[in-house]
Amino acid sequence: MTQAATVEARPTRRASRITPVSVFLWALRIAILAIILYGSYLSISSGRLSAAQWRDLFVFGISTGSMYALIALGYTMVYGVLRFINFAHGEVFMVGAMMAFYVANALAVTPLWTSSPAVSLLIVLVAAMFTSTAVAVIIERIAYRPLRGAPRLIPLITSIGASFTLQYLIRGLVGPATKAFPRMEPLRGTFEIGNFVILKTQLIVIVAALVMMLGLYLFVEKTRTGKSMRAVAEDPETAALMGINVDRTIVNVFAIGGAMAGVAGALWGLVFPSINFFSGFLPGIKAFTSAVLGGIGNIVGAMLGGVSLGVFESVGPSLVLAGYEIPAFSQLKDVVAYAALVLVLIFRPTGILGERLAQERT
Amino acid sequence: MSQVMDPPAPVEVELRPAPPIDMRRAVKLGLAGGAAMVLVAATGIVATFQPRMVIDPILPLGIFFLYLLAFGFGWMASQPPATLEGYEAAKAGSRNLLAGALAGLLAGLCLGLLLIVMTVFDLRGVFINLSPELADILGFGLPVSAAVPVIALASAAMGALGAGVHLLSRRVRRALMGAFTAVIVFSLLTDLFGQLFSGLSLESVIDFLYTGRGGALTIIGAVAVFGAFILLFWWMEGRDSTLRQRVQAMPKGQRSRWQVGTALIILVVLYFVPKLMGPFVSQILVTAGIYLLMALGLNIVVGYAGLLDLGYVAFFAVGAYATAILTSPQSPAFDPQISVLASLPFVMVAAAVAGILVATPVIRMRGDYLAIVTLGFGEIARILLNSEWLAPIFGGAQGITNIPDLQIGPLTFSTPQDYFYPVFLFVLLAAYVTVAVQNSRWGRAWMAMREDESVAEAMGVNIVTAKLSAFVVGAILASFGGALFASQIGSVFPHTFDIVVSITVLVIIIVGGMGSVPGVTLGALVLIVLPNLLREFSEYQFLFYGVLLIVMMLKRPEGFIPSKRRAQELHTEELSQDAWLEIYGEKGQAEQVPEGAV
Repeated sequence: MTQAATVEARPTRRASRITPVSVFLWALRIAILAIILYGSYLSISSGRLSAAQWRDLFVFGISTGSMYALIALGYTMVYGVLRFINFAHGEVFMVGAMMAFYVANALAVTPLWTSSPAVSLLIVLVAAMFTSTAVAVIIERIAYRPLRGAPRLIPLITSIGASFTLQYLIRGLVGPATKAFPRMEPLRGTFEIGNFVILKTQLIVIVAALVMMLGLYLFVEKTRTGKSMRAVAEDPETAALMGINVDRTIVNVFAIGGAMAGVAGALWGLVFPSINFFSGFLPGIKAFTSAVLGGIGNIVGAMLGGVSLGVFESVGPSLVLAGYEIPAFSQLKDVVAYAALVLVLIFRPTGILGERLAQERT
Repeated sequence: MSQVMDPPAPVEVELRPAPPIDMRRAVKLGLAGGAAMVLVAATGIVATFQPRMVIDPILPLGIFFLYLLAFGFGWMASQPPATLEGYEAAKAGSRNLLAGALAGLLAGLCLGLLLIVMTVFDLRGVFINLSPELADILGFGLPVSAAVPVIALASAAMGALGAGVHLLSRRVRRALMGAFTAVIVFSLLTDLFGQLFSGLSLESVIDFLYTGRGGALTIIGAVAVFGAFILLFWWMEGRDSTLRQRVQAMPKGQRSRWQVGTALIILVVLYFVPKLMGPFVSQILVTAGIYLLMALGLNIVVGYAGLLDLGYVAFFAVGAYATAILTSPQSPAFDPQISVLASLPFVMVAAAVAGILVATPVIRMRGDYLAIVTLGFGEIARILLNSEWLAPIFGGAQGITNIPDLQIGPLTFSTPQDYFYPVFLFVLLAAYVTVAVQNSRWGRAWMAMREDESVAEAMGVNIVTAKLSAFVVGAILASFGGALFASQIGSVFPHTFDIVVSITVLVIIIVGGMGSVPGVTLGALVLIVLPNLLREFSEYQFLFYGVLLIVMMLKRPEGFIPSKRRAQELHTEELSQDAWLEIYGEKGQAEQVPEGAV
């Protein structure tokens, strides 16, 4: 047992022997796959949902998922350069959503809200973006920068502290009550392309997220700042020797991650029109799951991971859990997300697109 | 490791004068302090604390807390820079006071700005706590034009006072700060001291110190406490050797007699604690004890084995639900009822199984991934307990009620005072396990794993068993906490087992000191007892926890009462950094070190 386990856990796993742990994990893999497949079979063959309903679930999943993807970018980029999970990123998103709510609320009483919804939406987006960026940068300055080079767990614990602080600071500042986002009349109803029907809000979310992600991709790949970010992610010491200001690059990373989270926060208000101080926790965890799912440190991976998680979460309960006739299966929606997180980390910690991490750690 | 820690041999050179206090830093800290004061006011902390008096009738807690921040930031602003090799040690002087006053002044101006803004504009639509009452408190009841200079001056004075601490000699400083802390403790824990003195039938002391039972310190009372403690601390600081040193210097036989004697006295005192304290304080102590039990368990998982478990509450839930299902007549799944005591072995087994179930999938994970996965497990547990689907077993959102009291032989434990003893017994057990395991084979394996998993493995530590055993031991301790909790409260509901419990336990071990039993005990006492005794405080409990986590990680990651080994590990890096600075640092400012060099 001792011998086997020692050999098994080494990085080069090719020559490993069969151990109780690996047997257990393989059994788990097969069992889970069987459960999912059989559940889906039962649920599809029962014909409980029509094709249109499946499509709606799917589209809903994509729109939620694109918001997860936007938040996930912050996790993945910070992980890329600093190798730690910025637990407080979910709260950065929440602060953006809060700001979006207050700006939207103030605009809703002006004529601008009804006369030109596009402009007011843009104002809301920009306000949320700036707030989240500022919060992300402030956290970095106060809580993370002094900890460069500290043992790994220390910044993680600090970020848990930052997350709690932000949550309860917001609770103290604006109160614990849940706030309802004002409605935007022109955005109600659906948009039809031939046979394909989609809610207008969902379409806006998907388009806006796509534009932001495309912009980010181009920024990281084509600009000098983006190049320095990639260099720092690759190897901070060498990057510093090459004349890159590592501290400033890290601030940039936090700022961009914050901006993306802010946009996600504003968009969140369109789809789920109620927020409170705790609203950042779950989307934060799910976005982190997306980042891991796509391969942490990988920007395209985060986008893919977000959309896939959104779809799993939206379709999963109806597809798998309903097949087993579990009562009130929608209560277990979040379990799907957590289970996805746990399973991805157990079976493919490198994610869909993650390659680099495989060599460094797991 | 020791080679890294040794600073390079000192070179005989003429010492350069110490760099002066950095005024730019003072300005920055002043603005940061101002932001902190504004946030404290705007989150409603000041207004909530205001009705409570520190010293009746001159010092309300709200204002006191606010200006304590100015004091603290003034203290920080005037902190002399670290003495570097080749430089003289900095001498405290008027420049310190100036820096402190400057920081305080800026902070006060920020607060004044808030006051102006909130009187000119009505911001209550967004910031619900910016009420006219708050304006009244902040402005000391003066009109705004007069209030702003008063605030700025008061804050500057507090900043200078904070800076003045650096000018005092060590003995005076310690005595003053100790006495000051004692006054605050006596004033805030008035419920506790009120109970204590009336339990000892010393009502006259209450009448002398306080305005009444549960009231604030009177001016005379505050002066008396301050005077008594300043003498005490002055005397304590003046001794040549501490008590601990003297005990250690004793011959072996005498030392062990001394230790046994102290332990006996402590036990006797503890026996009388619940009798003296009454049900209210006892209940708080029982809660603190249950948290302490969990903290000692998590201390093994995080402090010893280095596995950051953020779903620790799941094991607590396993314990509570296992007891509830086995003992309650209301439990839907299990018909025969057994006593709470008889359920404990089953609770243990359930916890061990849960520990293995959580640990097996995460065996190959490290650090932050492990943290997130355990968090996921914790949340899954809570959602499942709450779900309609498993309601036939766990009772869903209605939970399980009617859990009987703990019975041991003829003894029935029903009141909080009764529960103090079994909780204390389990805490003692957990503390024993913690200490005993530290230098055992397991303990050494855990610590080796915490330091470096790959190296530990190469040295022959079996990572699989080490991880499994850490999780199982931690899970069992938490499940005992859960069992005691369930039988004491008499019911279990899923919403109790929230992530904030895991975080609270984490804060306890981090504030107290990972790996150290006295540290964790202190952490549990302060962090659980304080918010429960101070009802004003409890609303902001988690805000304080969050801030505390950040501050501790930045300033004292080893905790207040650290274990020696842990502190050394955490500061190795720092020592090597200092050594590096001594060689290359020109002006002794960390900012000048090129990036990525450390």
